[in-house]
Amino acid sequence: MSAAMETAEGRVDLGKLYAESNIGETIDQLESDLVGLLPVKTRIREIAALLLVESARRGLGIQAEPPSLHMSFTGNPGTGKTTVARRMADVLHRLKYIRRNHVVTVSRDDLVGQYIGHTAPKTKDILKKAMGGVLFIDEAYYLYRPENERDYGQEAIEILLQVMEDNRDDLVVILAGYKDRMDTFFRSNPGMASRIAHHIDFPDYSADELFRIAEMMTTTMHYRFDEAGQAVMREYIALRMQQPRFSNARSIRNGIDRARLRQANRLFAGRGELLDRAALETITAEDIRVSRVFTQQ
Amino acid sequence: MKITQGQFSFLPDLNDEEIKKQIEYGLDQGWSIAVEHTDDPHPRNTYWSMWGTPMFDLRDPAGVMMELNACRKEFPNDYIKVLAFDSNKGFETIRMSFMVQRPADEPGFELVRSEGPGRTVHYTLRSYATGRPPGGRYSPAAAP
Repeated sequence: MSAAMETAEGRVDLGKLYAESNIGETIDQLESDLVGLLPVKTRIREIAALLLVESARRGLGIQAEPPSLHMSFTGNPGTGKTTVARRMADVLHRLKYIRRNHVVTVSRDDLVGQYIGHTAPKTKDILKKAMGGVLFIDEAYYLYRPENERDYGQEAIEILLQVMEDNRDDLVVILAGYKDRMDTFFRSNPGMASRIAHHIDFPDYSADELFRIAEMMTTTMHYRFDEAGQAVMREYIALRMQQPRFSNARSIRNGIDRARLRQANRLFAGRGELLDRAALETITAEDIRVSRVFTQQ
Repeated sequence: MKITQGQFSFLPDLNDEEIKKQIEYGLDQGWSIAVEHTDDPHPRNTYWSMWGTPMFDLRDPAGVMMELNACRKEFPNDYIKVLAFDSNKGFETIRMSFMVQRPADEPGFELVRSEGPGRTVHYTLRSYATGRPPGGRYSPAAAP
Protein backbone atom coordinates (compact mmCIF):
# COMPACT_ATOMS: atom_id res chain seq x y z
CA MET A 1 0.00 0.00 0.00
CA SER A 2 1.03 3.57 -0.38
CA ALA A 3 3.19 5.53 2.00
CA ALA A 4 0.32 7.66 3.28
CA MET A 5 -1.11 4.74 5.19
CA GLU A 6 2.01 3.72 7.03
CA THR A 7 1.83 5.77 10.17
CA ALA A 8 3.55 4.81 13.35
CA GLU A 9 0.57 5.23 15.64
CA GLY A 10 -1.62 3.22 13.29
CA ARG A 11 -3.65 6.12 12.03
CA VAL A 12 -4.65 6.99 8.51
CA ASP A 13 -5.09 10.33 6.89
CA LEU A 14 -8.14 10.12 4.66
CA GLY A 15 -7.44 13.55 3.25
CA LYS A 16 -4.03 12.45 2.10
CA LEU A 17 -5.44 9.26 0.62
CA TYR A 18 -8.04 11.32 -1.18
CA ALA A 19 -5.42 13.63 -2.63
CA GLU A 20 -3.23 10.70 -3.63
CA SER A 21 -5.96 8.90 -5.53
CA ASN A 22 -6.73 11.94 -7.71
CA ILE A 23 -10.33 11.01 -7.24
CA GLY A 24 -11.28 14.61 -6.54
CA GLU A 25 -10.24 15.53 -10.04
CA THR A 26 -12.41 12.82 -11.57
CA ILE A 27 -15.40 13.83 -9.50
CA ASP A 28 -14.95 17.50 -10.34
CA GLN A 29 -14.80 16.61 -13.99
CA LEU A 30 -17.92 14.52 -13.61
CA GLU A 31 -19.57 17.50 -11.99
CA SER A 32 -18.70 19.84 -14.82
CA ASP A 33 -19.20 17.43 -17.74
CA LEU A 34 -22.49 15.94 -16.69
CA VAL A 35 -25.45 18.27 -16.36
CA GLY A 36 -28.02 17.44 -13.69
CA LEU A 37 -28.12 13.77 -12.63
CA LEU A 38 -27.97 14.65 -8.95
CA PRO A 39 -28.84 11.19 -7.55
CA VAL A 40 -26.18 9.65 -9.80
CA LYS A 41 -23.48 12.04 -8.70
CA THR A 42 -24.43 11.57 -5.06
CA ARG A 43 -24.14 7.83 -5.40
CA ILE A 44 -20.80 8.03 -7.14
CA ARG A 45 -19.51 10.23 -4.35
CA GLU A 46 -20.79 7.74 -1.79
CA ILE A 47 -19.10 4.86 -3.56
CA ALA A 48 -15.87 6.84 -3.77
CA ALA A 49 -16.03 7.47 -0.01
CA LEU A 50 -16.72 3.81 0.66
CA LEU A 51 -13.75 2.68 -1.39
CA LEU A 52 -11.48 5.27 0.16
CA VAL A 53 -12.40 4.14 3.66
CA GLU A 54 -12.05 0.55 2.54
CA SER A 55 -8.48 1.13 1.37
CA ALA A 56 -7.72 2.95 4.62
CA ARG A 57 -9.02 -0.05 6.55
CA ARG A 58 -6.91 -2.37 4.47
CA GLY A 59 -3.93 -0.13 5.19
CA LEU A 60 -4.39 -0.78 8.89
CA GLY A 61 -4.78 -4.48 8.30
CA ILE A 62 -8.53 -4.71 8.87
CA GLN A 63 -9.67 -7.59 6.72
CA ALA A 64 -13.03 -7.59 5.02
CA GLU A 65 -14.54 -8.95 1.87
CA PRO A 66 -14.29 -6.34 -0.87
CA PRO A 67 -17.60 -4.52 -1.20
CA SER A 68 -19.79 -5.67 -4.06
CA LEU A 69 -20.07 -2.94 -6.65
CA HIS A 70 -22.32 -4.44 -9.28
CA MET A 71 -24.77 -1.77 -10.37
CA SER A 72 -27.95 -1.29 -12.25
CA PHE A 73 -28.67 1.94 -14.11
CA THR A 74 -32.29 2.58 -14.88
CA GLY A 75 -33.72 5.55 -16.69
CA ASN A 76 -35.34 6.79 -19.84
CA PRO A 77 -33.51 6.89 -23.15
CA GLY A 78 -30.80 9.51 -23.44
CA THR A 79 -30.37 10.15 -19.73
CA GLY A 80 -26.66 9.38 -19.82
CA LYS A 81 -26.47 5.78 -18.62
CA THR A 82 -23.72 4.76 -21.03
CA THR A 83 -21.74 7.94 -20.45
CA VAL A 84 -21.83 7.41 -16.70
CA ALA A 85 -20.81 3.76 -17.06
CA ARG A 86 -17.68 4.87 -18.89
CA ARG A 87 -16.96 7.40 -16.16
CA MET A 88 -17.59 4.79 -13.52
CA ALA A 89 -14.74 2.67 -14.88
CA ASP A 90 -12.47 5.69 -14.52
CA VAL A 91 -13.59 6.34 -10.94
CA LEU A 92 -13.25 2.71 -9.88
CA HIS A 93 -9.87 2.47 -11.54
CA ARG A 94 -8.54 5.50 -9.72
CA LEU A 95 -9.76 4.04 -6.46
CA LYS A 96 -7.91 0.85 -7.40
CA TYR A 97 -11.08 -1.21 -7.16
CA ILE A 98 -10.65 -2.46 -10.72
CA ARG A 99 -7.26 -3.16 -12.23
CA ARG A 100 -7.86 -1.91 -15.75
CA ASN A 101 -9.59 1.22 -16.90
CA HIS A 102 -11.73 -0.37 -19.54
CA VAL A 103 -15.40 -0.92 -20.27
CA VAL A 104 -16.73 -3.74 -22.40
CA THR A 105 -20.15 -2.77 -23.71
CA VAL A 106 -22.38 -5.64 -24.75
CA SER A 107 -26.02 -6.35 -25.45
CA ARG A 108 -28.04 -9.52 -25.68
CA ASP A 109 -26.59 -10.53 -29.05
CA ASP A 110 -23.07 -10.69 -27.64
CA LEU A 111 -24.02 -12.95 -24.77
CA VAL A 112 -26.75 -15.24 -26.00
CA GLY A 113 -26.12 -17.91 -28.62
CA GLN A 114 -28.36 -19.23 -31.34
CA TYR A 115 -28.37 -22.91 -30.57
CA ILE A 116 -27.87 -25.30 -27.67
CA GLY A 117 -24.36 -25.13 -26.23
CA HIS A 118 -23.54 -21.88 -27.99
CA THR A 119 -24.45 -19.53 -25.16
CA ALA A 120 -22.06 -20.62 -22.42
CA PRO A 121 -18.82 -20.21 -24.41
CA LYS A 122 -20.06 -16.94 -25.86
CA THR A 123 -20.94 -15.47 -22.47
CA LYS A 124 -17.69 -16.74 -20.95
CA ASP A 125 -15.71 -15.19 -23.79
CA ILE A 126 -17.23 -11.80 -23.10
CA LEU A 127 -16.68 -12.19 -19.38
CA LYS A 128 -13.03 -13.03 -19.95
CA LYS A 129 -12.62 -9.95 -22.09
CA ALA A 130 -14.20 -7.76 -19.44
CA MET A 131 -12.12 -9.20 -16.58
CA GLY A 132 -10.27 -6.58 -14.61
CA GLY A 133 -12.65 -3.86 -15.74
CA VAL A 134 -16.31 -3.05 -16.18
CA LEU A 135 -18.85 -5.11 -18.10
CA PHE A 136 -21.69 -2.87 -19.25
CA ILE A 137 -24.79 -4.72 -20.40
CA ASP A 138 -27.06 -2.36 -22.26
CA GLU A 139 -30.77 -3.15 -22.46
CA ALA A 140 -30.16 -5.97 -19.98
CA TYR A 141 -33.84 -6.89 -19.75
CA TYR A 142 -33.64 -8.45 -23.21
CA LEU A 143 -31.62 -11.25 -21.64
CA TYR A 144 -34.78 -12.63 -20.12
CA ARG A 145 -37.60 -13.54 -22.46
CA PRO A 146 -40.43 -15.01 -20.43
CA GLU A 147 -42.58 -15.64 -23.49
CA ASN A 148 -40.15 -18.29 -24.74
CA GLU A 149 -39.23 -20.86 -22.13
CA ARG A 150 -36.54 -22.35 -24.32
CA ASP A 151 -34.79 -19.03 -24.74
CA TYR A 152 -31.06 -19.25 -24.06
CA GLY A 153 -31.02 -15.92 -22.24
CA GLN A 154 -31.60 -17.68 -18.95
CA GLU A 155 -28.38 -19.63 -19.44
CA ALA A 156 -26.44 -16.42 -19.97
CA ILE A 157 -27.99 -14.96 -16.81
CA GLU A 158 -26.94 -18.00 -14.79
CA ILE A 159 -23.33 -17.84 -15.96
CA LEU A 160 -23.32 -14.11 -15.32
CA LEU A 161 -24.62 -14.64 -11.79
CA GLN A 162 -21.99 -17.22 -11.04
CA VAL A 163 -19.13 -15.03 -12.24
CA MET A 164 -20.57 -11.98 -10.46
CA GLU A 165 -20.39 -13.98 -7.25
CA ASP A 166 -17.09 -15.86 -7.74
CA ASN A 167 -15.00 -13.18 -9.43
CA ARG A 168 -16.23 -10.24 -7.43
CA ASP A 169 -12.82 -8.63 -7.25
CA ASP A 170 -12.08 -9.14 -10.96
CA LEU A 171 -15.11 -7.60 -12.52
CA VAL A 172 -17.83 -5.00 -12.04
CA VAL A 173 -21.07 -5.66 -13.89
CA ILE A 174 -23.33 -2.74 -14.74
CA LEU A 175 -26.80 -3.48 -16.10
CA ALA A 176 -28.71 -0.73 -17.82
CA GLY A 177 -32.16 -0.34 -19.21
CA TYR A 178 -35.47 1.44 -19.07
CA LYS A 179 -36.97 1.57 -15.62
CA ASP A 180 -40.20 -0.37 -16.03
CA ARG A 181 -38.65 -3.16 -18.06
CA MET A 182 -35.71 -3.51 -15.68
CA ASP A 183 -38.16 -3.78 -12.79
CA THR A 184 -39.85 -6.69 -14.53
CA PHE A 185 -36.46 -8.21 -15.24
CA PHE A 186 -35.40 -8.04 -11.59
CA ARG A 187 -38.77 -9.36 -10.42
CA SER A 188 -38.33 -12.47 -12.53
CA ASN A 189 -34.64 -12.86 -11.63
CA PRO A 190 -34.47 -12.35 -7.87
CA GLY A 191 -30.95 -13.78 -7.84
CA MET A 192 -29.81 -10.96 -10.08
CA ALA A 193 -31.57 -8.28 -8.03
CA SER A 194 -30.01 -9.46 -4.79
CA ARG A 195 -26.50 -9.53 -6.21
CA ILE A 196 -26.67 -5.93 -7.28
CA ALA A 197 -25.95 -3.58 -4.45
CA HIS A 198 -26.45 -0.30 -6.23
CA HIS A 199 -29.64 0.51 -8.07
CA ILE A 200 -29.25 3.97 -9.52
CA ASP A 201 -32.14 5.75 -11.16
CA PHE A 202 -31.38 8.33 -13.82
CA PRO A 203 -33.94 11.14 -13.73
CA ASP A 204 -35.19 12.92 -16.84
CA TYR A 205 -33.58 16.25 -17.59
CA SER A 206 -35.44 19.51 -17.08
CA ALA A 207 -35.70 22.00 -19.94
CA ASP A 208 -32.94 24.12 -18.41
CA GLU A 209 -30.61 21.17 -18.08
CA LEU A 210 -31.30 20.18 -21.66
CA PHE A 211 -30.40 23.66 -22.82
CA ARG A 212 -27.14 23.47 -20.91
CA ILE A 213 -26.47 20.11 -22.52
CA ALA A 214 -27.17 21.61 -25.93
CA GLU A 215 -24.70 24.40 -25.23
CA MET A 216 -22.04 21.95 -24.11
CA MET A 217 -22.59 19.80 -27.19
CA THR A 218 -22.24 22.74 -29.55
CA THR A 219 -19.15 23.98 -27.73
CA THR A 220 -17.38 20.66 -28.03
CA MET A 221 -18.23 20.61 -31.75
CA HIS A 222 -16.99 24.21 -32.07
CA TYR A 223 -20.34 25.68 -32.90
CA ARG A 224 -22.35 28.25 -31.00
CA PHE A 225 -25.83 29.70 -31.06
CA ASP A 226 -26.24 33.39 -31.71
CA GLU A 227 -28.54 35.29 -29.37
CA ALA A 228 -31.71 34.68 -31.35
CA GLY A 229 -30.58 31.10 -31.86
CA GLN A 230 -30.40 30.56 -28.12
CA ALA A 231 -33.97 31.70 -27.61
CA VAL A 232 -35.23 29.52 -30.43
CA MET A 233 -33.27 26.57 -29.07
CA ARG A 234 -35.03 26.98 -25.71
CA GLU A 235 -38.35 27.06 -27.51
CA TYR A 236 -37.34 24.02 -29.54
CA ILE A 237 -36.48 22.08 -26.38
CA ALA A 238 -39.78 22.98 -24.69
CA LEU A 239 -41.74 21.82 -27.74
CA ARG A 240 -39.66 18.71 -28.34
CA MET A 241 -40.18 17.59 -24.75
CA GLN A 242 -43.95 17.45 -25.34
CA GLN A 243 -43.67 15.35 -28.45
CA PRO A 244 -43.61 11.57 -28.68
CA ARG A 245 -40.38 9.57 -28.78
CA PHE A 246 -38.54 12.23 -26.86
CA SER A 247 -35.27 10.76 -25.63
CA ASN A 248 -33.64 13.47 -23.56
CA ALA A 249 -30.06 14.33 -24.49
CA ARG A 250 -30.15 12.08 -27.54
CA SER A 251 -33.03 14.06 -29.06
CA ILE A 252 -31.11 17.24 -28.41
CA ARG A 253 -28.04 15.86 -30.12
CA ASN A 254 -30.11 14.84 -33.13
CA GLY A 255 -31.69 18.28 -33.19
CA ILE A 256 -28.27 19.91 -33.19
CA ASP A 257 -27.03 17.57 -35.90
CA ARG A 258 -29.94 18.59 -38.11
CA ALA A 259 -29.34 22.26 -37.32
CA ARG A 260 -25.74 21.79 -38.47
CA LEU A 261 -27.03 20.29 -41.67
CA ARG A 262 -29.29 23.26 -42.30
CA GLN A 263 -26.56 25.69 -41.37
CA ALA A 264 -24.27 24.06 -43.92
CA ASN A 265 -26.99 24.23 -46.55
CA ARG A 266 -27.70 27.88 -45.81
CA LEU A 267 -24.04 28.76 -46.11
CA PHE A 268 -23.72 26.75 -49.29
CA ALA A 269 -26.79 28.33 -50.85
CA GLY A 270 -25.34 31.79 -50.21
CA ARG A 271 -21.96 30.94 -51.70
CA GLY A 272 -20.15 33.63 -53.57
CA GLU A 273 -19.46 35.78 -50.55
CA LEU A 274 -16.49 35.01 -48.34
CA LEU A 275 -17.17 33.45 -44.95
CA ASP A 276 -15.27 34.17 -41.77
CA ARG A 277 -14.72 31.85 -38.86
CA ALA A 278 -17.69 33.21 -36.94
CA ALA A 279 -20.07 32.52 -39.81
CA LEU A 280 -18.88 28.93 -40.01
CA GLU A 281 -19.30 28.46 -36.30
CA THR A 282 -22.64 30.12 -35.73
CA ILE A 283 -25.99 28.38 -35.73
CA THR A 284 -28.66 31.03 -36.16
CA ALA A 285 -32.34 31.11 -35.27
CA GLU A 286 -33.46 30.23 -38.77
CA ASP A 287 -31.39 27.01 -38.74
CA ILE A 288 -33.45 25.78 -35.84
CA ARG A 289 -36.72 27.45 -36.69
CA VAL A 290 -37.24 25.36 -39.85
CA SER A 291 -37.36 22.22 -37.74
CA ARG A 292 -40.36 19.95 -38.01
CA VAL A 293 -40.78 20.32 -34.27
CA PHE A 294 -42.23 23.80 -34.75
CA THR A 295 -44.77 22.81 -37.38
CA GLN A 296 -45.87 19.46 -36.04
CA GLN A 297 -48.49 19.94 -33.32
CA MET B 1 12.08 -36.83 -12.95
CA LYS B 2 11.02 -33.23 -13.39
CA ILE B 3 10.43 -32.38 -17.01
CA THR B 4 12.03 -29.11 -18.07
CA GLN B 5 10.38 -27.47 -21.02
CA GLY B 6 9.74 -23.86 -21.93
CA GLN B 7 10.51 -20.86 -19.78
CA PHE B 8 11.16 -20.99 -16.04
CA SER B 9 11.27 -24.76 -16.03
CA PHE B 10 14.56 -24.88 -14.11
CA LEU B 11 12.96 -22.79 -11.38
CA PRO B 12 10.61 -24.11 -8.75
CA ASP B 13 7.08 -24.36 -10.13
CA LEU B 14 5.34 -20.98 -10.45
CA ASN B 15 2.49 -20.26 -8.08
CA ASP B 16 -0.75 -18.65 -9.27
CA GLU B 17 0.39 -15.16 -8.37
CA GLU B 18 3.56 -15.56 -10.43
CA ILE B 19 1.63 -17.11 -13.32
CA LYS B 20 -0.72 -14.11 -13.30
CA LYS B 21 2.23 -11.73 -13.47
CA GLN B 22 3.73 -13.55 -16.44
CA ILE B 23 0.39 -13.54 -18.24
CA GLU B 24 -0.01 -9.86 -17.48
CA TYR B 25 3.37 -9.19 -19.07
CA GLY B 26 2.26 -11.06 -22.19
CA LEU B 27 -1.04 -9.19 -22.35
CA ASP B 28 0.75 -5.87 -21.92
CA GLN B 29 2.83 -6.72 -24.99
CA GLY B 30 -0.40 -7.26 -26.91
CA TRP B 31 0.01 -11.02 -27.25
CA SER B 32 -2.80 -13.55 -27.23
CA ILE B 33 -2.73 -16.15 -24.51
CA ALA B 34 -3.57 -19.82 -24.99
CA VAL B 35 -3.72 -22.83 -22.68
CA GLU B 36 -2.60 -26.29 -23.82
CA HIS B 37 -2.30 -29.65 -22.10
CA THR B 38 -0.90 -33.12 -22.77
CA ASP B 39 -0.10 -36.36 -21.05
CA ASP B 40 2.78 -37.27 -23.35
CA PRO B 41 5.93 -35.77 -21.84
CA HIS B 42 8.28 -36.62 -24.71
CA PRO B 43 10.47 -33.57 -25.44
CA ARG B 44 9.74 -33.83 -29.17
CA ASN B 45 5.99 -33.84 -28.59
CA THR B 46 5.20 -30.38 -29.93
CA TYR B 47 1.52 -31.02 -30.53
CA TRP B 48 -0.20 -30.46 -27.24
CA SER B 49 -4.00 -30.39 -27.10
CA MET B 50 -5.52 -26.92 -27.08
CA TRP B 51 -7.78 -26.00 -24.21
CA GLY B 52 -10.26 -23.90 -26.14
CA THR B 53 -9.12 -21.40 -28.69
CA PRO B 54 -6.39 -18.83 -28.05
CA MET B 55 -7.86 -15.90 -26.13
CA PHE B 56 -7.84 -12.71 -28.14
CA ASP B 57 -8.76 -9.22 -26.90
CA LEU B 58 -8.15 -10.02 -23.25
CA ARG B 59 -7.06 -7.20 -20.97
CA ASP B 60 -6.54 -8.90 -17.65
CA PRO B 61 -5.01 -12.21 -16.51
CA ALA B 62 -8.14 -13.09 -14.52
CA GLY B 63 -9.79 -14.32 -17.73
CA VAL B 64 -6.89 -16.64 -18.49
CA MET B 65 -6.85 -17.90 -14.91
CA MET B 66 -10.52 -18.81 -15.30
CA GLU B 67 -9.71 -21.01 -18.29
CA LEU B 68 -6.56 -22.38 -16.69
CA ASN B 69 -8.46 -23.43 -13.58
CA ALA B 70 -11.14 -25.06 -15.70
CA CYS B 71 -8.41 -26.99 -17.53
CA ARG B 72 -6.78 -28.02 -14.25
CA LYS B 73 -10.10 -29.27 -12.99
CA GLU B 74 -10.67 -31.32 -16.12
CA PHE B 75 -7.12 -32.68 -16.36
CA PRO B 76 -5.67 -32.70 -12.86
CA ASN B 77 -2.89 -35.11 -13.88
CA ASP B 78 -1.79 -33.58 -17.18
CA TYR B 79 1.00 -31.25 -18.10
CA ILE B 80 -0.50 -27.81 -18.76
CA LYS B 81 1.31 -24.88 -20.34
CA VAL B 82 0.45 -21.27 -21.05
CA LEU B 83 1.49 -19.77 -24.38
CA ALA B 84 1.57 -16.22 -25.65
CA PHE B 85 1.19 -15.69 -29.37
CA ASP B 86 2.51 -12.55 -31.02
CA SER B 87 0.54 -11.72 -34.16
CA ASN B 88 2.78 -8.85 -35.24
CA LYS B 89 4.21 -9.10 -38.70
CA GLY B 90 7.72 -10.46 -38.55
CA PHE B 91 6.96 -12.57 -35.50
CA GLU B 92 3.63 -14.32 -35.99
CA THR B 93 4.76 -16.94 -33.55
CA ILE B 94 4.78 -18.03 -29.93
CA ARG B 95 6.74 -15.58 -27.79
CA MET B 96 6.22 -17.13 -24.37
CA SER B 97 5.58 -20.66 -23.24
CA PHE B 98 5.77 -22.02 -19.73
CA MET B 99 4.42 -24.97 -17.80
CA VAL B 100 1.86 -24.27 -15.12
CA GLN B 101 0.98 -27.78 -14.03
CA ARG B 102 2.69 -31.14 -14.01
CA PRO B 103 1.64 -34.56 -12.74
CA ALA B 104 2.47 -35.32 -9.13
CA ASP B 105 4.59 -38.27 -10.13
CA GLU B 106 6.73 -38.12 -13.25
CA PRO B 107 8.29 -41.52 -13.86
CA GLY B 108 10.94 -40.33 -16.32
CA PHE B 109 12.35 -41.88 -19.48
CA GLU B 110 13.75 -45.16 -20.57
CA LEU B 111 16.71 -45.25 -22.94
CA VAL B 112 15.73 -47.68 -25.68
CA ARG B 113 18.49 -49.27 -27.76
CA SER B 114 17.71 -50.89 -31.05
CA GLU B 115 20.39 -52.92 -32.74
CA GLY B 116 20.77 -52.49 -36.49
CA PRO B 117 22.91 -54.15 -39.11
CA GLY B 118 26.65 -54.25 -38.46
CA ARG B 119 26.26 -53.87 -34.69
CA THR B 120 25.03 -50.23 -35.08
CA VAL B 121 22.91 -49.11 -32.17
CA HIS B 122 20.12 -46.55 -32.40
CA TYR B 123 19.13 -44.85 -29.22
CA THR B 124 15.76 -43.35 -28.44
CA LEU B 125 13.85 -42.09 -25.43
CA ARG B 126 10.58 -43.50 -24.30
CA SER B 127 8.58 -42.17 -21.38
CA TYR B 128 7.58 -44.76 -18.82
CA ALA B 129 4.25 -42.97 -18.62
CA THR B 130 3.37 -43.53 -22.27
CA GLY B 131 3.35 -47.27 -21.73
CA ARG B 132 -0.25 -46.86 -20.70
CA PRO B 133 -2.93 -45.57 -23.07
CA PRO B 134 -3.75 -41.85 -23.15
CA GLY B 135 -6.07 -40.66 -20.41
CA GLY B 136 -4.76 -43.10 -17.78
CA ARG B 137 -1.07 -42.26 -17.89
CA TYR B 138 -0.82 -40.29 -14.71
CA SER B 139 -4.04 -40.97 -12.87
CA PRO B 140 -3.37 -42.64 -9.53
CA ALA B 141 -5.86 -45.43 -10.27
CA ALA B 142 -3.79 -46.62 -13.20
CA ALA B 143 -0.53 -46.72 -11.27
CA PRO B 144 1.08 -50.18 -11.24
